[in-house]
Amino acid sequence: MGQALFYLYAFIACGGAIAVVLSQNVVRMAFWLVISLCSTALLFFLLDADFVGATQLLIYVGGTVVLLIFGVMLTSSGPYRGIQNSPGEMVQSGIIGLAFLALVSSTVFSVDWSGNNTLLAKSLNAESHEHHGHAHPHDHEHGDEHGHHDHDEDATVQYGYNAPSSGNTTRSLGAALLGVRFDKDYQPEAHGDEHGDHSVSTGYLLPFEIVSIHLLVVLVGAAYLARAKRRVDVRNV
Amino acid sequence: MHWFLLVTTVENWIKSGSVWPLNLVFGLAPAGVWAAILHTAMVGAFFGLPAFVFIWAERKVAGRIQDRLGPTRVGGRFGWLQSLADGVKLIQKEDLAPNAADKMLFRLAPYIVVVSSFAAFMFLPFSEGLVAVAMDAGLFIALAVLSVEVLGIVLAGYSSGSKWSLFGGMREAAQMVSYEVPLGITAVIPVVMAGTLNLGEIVQIQSGGAQNWFIFSNPFTFFAFFVFFTVTLASNKRAPFDLAEAESELVGGFHTEYSGMRWSFFFLAEYASMFFVSALAAILFLGGWWTGIPQIDNALASLAESSVGGLYLLRVFGMKVLLVKAGLMVFVQIWIRWTLPRLRIDQVMTTCLKYLVPMSCFLFLGAVLWPLVLVTVTGQTTLHKTWFPPVGERVPVPARVEQHHETPAEADSATENESSVSTTIRAEANRAVATLDSVAGGDQ
Repeated sequence: MGQALFYLYAFIACGGAIAVVLSQNVVRMAFWLVISLCSTALLFFLLDADFVGATQLLIYVGGTVVLLIFGVMLTSSGPYRGIQNSPGEMVQSGIIGLAFLALVSSTVFSVDWSGNNTLLAKSLNAESHEHHGHAHPHDHEHGDEHGHHDHDEDATVQYGYNAPSSGNTTRSLGAALLGVRFDKDYQPEAHGDEHGDHSVSTGYLLPFEIVSIHLLVVLVGAAYLARAKRRVDVRNV
Repeated sequence: MHWFLLVTTVENWIKSGSVWPLNLVFGLAPAGVWAAILHTAMVGAFFGLPAFVFIWAERKVAGRIQDRLGPTRVGGRFGWLQSLADGVKLIQKEDLAPNAADKMLFRLAPYIVVVSSFAAFMFLPFSEGLVAVAMDAGLFIALAVLSVEVLGIVLAGYSSGSKWSLFGGMREAAQMVSYEVPLGITAVIPVVMAGTLNLGEIVQIQSGGAQNWFIFSNPFTFFAFFVFFTVTLASNKRAPFDLAEAESELVGGFHTEYSGMRWSFFFLAEYASMFFVSALAAILFLGGWWTGIPQIDNALASLAESSVGGLYLLRVFGMKVLLVKAGLMVFVQIWIRWTLPRLRIDQVMTTCLKYLVPMSCFLFLGAVLWPLVLVTVTGQTTLHKTWFPPVGERVPVPARVEQHHETPAEADSATENESSVSTTIRAEANRAVATLDSVAGGDQ
């Protein structure tokens, strides 16, 4: 089931992305972008990355695309509504796209996925997952995930609806933001290090704050630029 | 009917071997598939039935407020089947699309609205453990899914090929983009107080009596509730913020060109979202499925600890309590709609950007600083927790941190332990042991 869903969502994501390129109307492009981004979010959910999937929905689908359509609606006249590409532009963008594809695929093929899989399997209690050999280690779709969790009977008791490994990334992410890495610092095997004691990560709070301040500065700058005309009037008066 | 409400154990119930006619049916597919189907049916019922009732209530309350009777005939008394009559009428109507419309987007837009509104119900806990998808990021993902709804409305407005619709869609987009900000900030206040995004845990922390509800927790959260309620009014396009469908200026706003079922989808989604945000407000600020009377809550919780029947009782009773709270808030929304005049678009934006955003920021800061001030002055984090401690699964934060420092293996289990929501109260004690055994140091 998880595999089938993966292929379904991957197909929809790719098809939506192609439709974005092929459609001529800007609003339809935005719509296909929504389809593509939503299925990307669903792919994140398949990977048990629930927080990242929700963020994808909130920021890209709920935020960015709505703003995009809003902008199109405000300026929806003349040349911006329908986009006709000249052959030269098609060739240019095709070259750029192919170059990017080559870059991405070379990166994908250069990664040692088998080593990665063993690492994943170790951290995910390998024996409990039947098919973890792919990029989506636990096949998880809410509602029918239990079809894959036949091992749950041998565990003592199964409490709650979700399996313990599913849908619970938020707390770990929040703790990691503050510098507490449950997966690294508090692993039992981390005790026998050459350092003697486990090392605590530094966290991402400071970079996060720097980025937010940066975005705030950008926002203020945009507001300043948008108000520039009115400032001239004030000075003249 | 027992299995029907103990949804967290539906799958176990199916697996354990059911009675004769049912085991033939359940044998056809894996238990997980049946559990998914049952959950979908339940969420569909919770999505459709409140909308059904509230559409009738809207007409009835509107009639009473305007000194009319409202519907009186359909269904015998009080016109209680009026929504069904509306539905039958709407199904019969012709499905029209204007010539100037972008046909594909025009036809798809109502589905986006309905699907996003429906999907949000998946994350809403109706009672102790009565939630289709219990996850740590519950509130976050519910708001994320709900925010997709505006996209359908904007697309409907744009693709109709009508100026009224375009104006309605643009107003809706501008309004939503602005009101998402105070909505997020006020929704974060209970999250900060509870220390979790998990809606079930947020309710558990408010158990033990009305004085533990977040609305009564401190002055800032008290006002935060009203700001949240106002913002949800706006995010549902309810009057006085219903600029997107302002009948007096825009004919019907974004749904001017729609007819029949597609039109009714917009309304189904609107009433379902009204119910959803009301239930969300009840969960975040008003104690969710707890009655707020310490004796009743304690009795229910101890019954649930002692027996499965008690747990069943807690779930059913809790669901009813939550439905009553949400229904009352929907009533207030209807009341406001038929009492207050509609704002102008500039007034709507002023209300949001000049008043609600600064207010919510101030309330957020205040709610965060309040416990610190309280600790320095009185030495305890709240004024009254000592009299009526919460009866639920509250794990005090100092204890949790201490547990991290004791043994590394328990650190994971503590988080995992808390994260698996929709757990039963009575299993609290041995659950810790169980997760200790099963997790064994592996994170996620």
